[in-house]
Amino acid sequence: MTPTPTSVALEITVEVPVEHAFATFTERFDDIKPREHNLLAVPIERTVLEPREGGTIHDVGTDGSICTWSRVLAYEPPRRLVFSWDIGPTWQLETDPDRCSEVEVTFTAVRPEQTLVALEHRHLDRHGDGWEGLTSLGAGAGWPLYLSRYEDLTAANPVS
Amino acid sequence: MVTYAFVPTATAAALTIDPWHALGDPTRRRVLAAVVDGPRSVTAIADGLPVSRPAVSQHLKVLLDAGLVVAQPEGRQRLYSVRRAGLDPVRRGLESFWGGTLTNLKHLAEQTYDRPHDPSQEQP
Repeated sequence: MTPTPTSVALEITVEVPVEHAFATFTERFDDIKPREHNLLAVPIERTVLEPREGGTIHDVGTDGSICTWSRVLAYEPPRRLVFSWDIGPTWQLETDPDRCSEVEVTFTAVRPEQTLVALEHRHLDRHGDGWEGLTSLGAGAGWPLYLSRYEDLTAANPVS
Repeated sequence: MVTYAFVPTATAAALTIDPWHALGDPTRRRVLAAVVDGPRSVTAIADGLPVSRPAVSQHLKVLLDAGLVVAQPEGRQRLYSVRRAGLDPVRRGLESFWGGTLTNLKHLAEQTYDRPHDPSQEQP
């Protein structure tokens, strides 16, 4: 029996210099994060990535409410960015840092105008039993909200 | 054509229904929640919900095909429980999220990059 992988890893090649790729990710995170993923009760007005170690990533809702869902753990332009994922398996905020996973994004120059961007979301098992038990499934507002948004998205972009 | 590569992982279960689709129905979520605490028969599940037995069976079929529950025979009936690989749908959600992020990054980075003028670098 193969254990369930505890990380998600993806990569993409971008036809720009490494500095531009890093700057786009960090300065325009608001524009590249899929907006339908939202833990707030109201639509997101903007997402802020504070570009320094010790900063946060937070969503600001249209009513001014703030959802801080990440801490910037490493900010090393133009090659590396690490931030925490303080969101539990039911898509609700996790306040215990020991129960949070982390995301590392590395930017590697392949050519002067080509950059490999590799993203790894790892230590998913740190989130604890919820990963397996799905125990909050029936109750939590987070997941059903997320799912309805997901459904809206897939309905708008049907995959046949 | 924009593509992003999923680094191969060890999950390749032949599921016929997308777990996210399966979880999209609120009644089905309640059926799933009903088996979280241990193996339950269709009758036991239906007794705890305002849903008929046939309807519960239909929901269980979808949950089975999505890999979210497993069934084991027990005498003349089958008992259903949560499949302890519930991480998979969460991973899929994250893959969707980060895949969208990286694709958006590519679009935006390439749109906003002013390529220095160099005739020898011109590409179609």
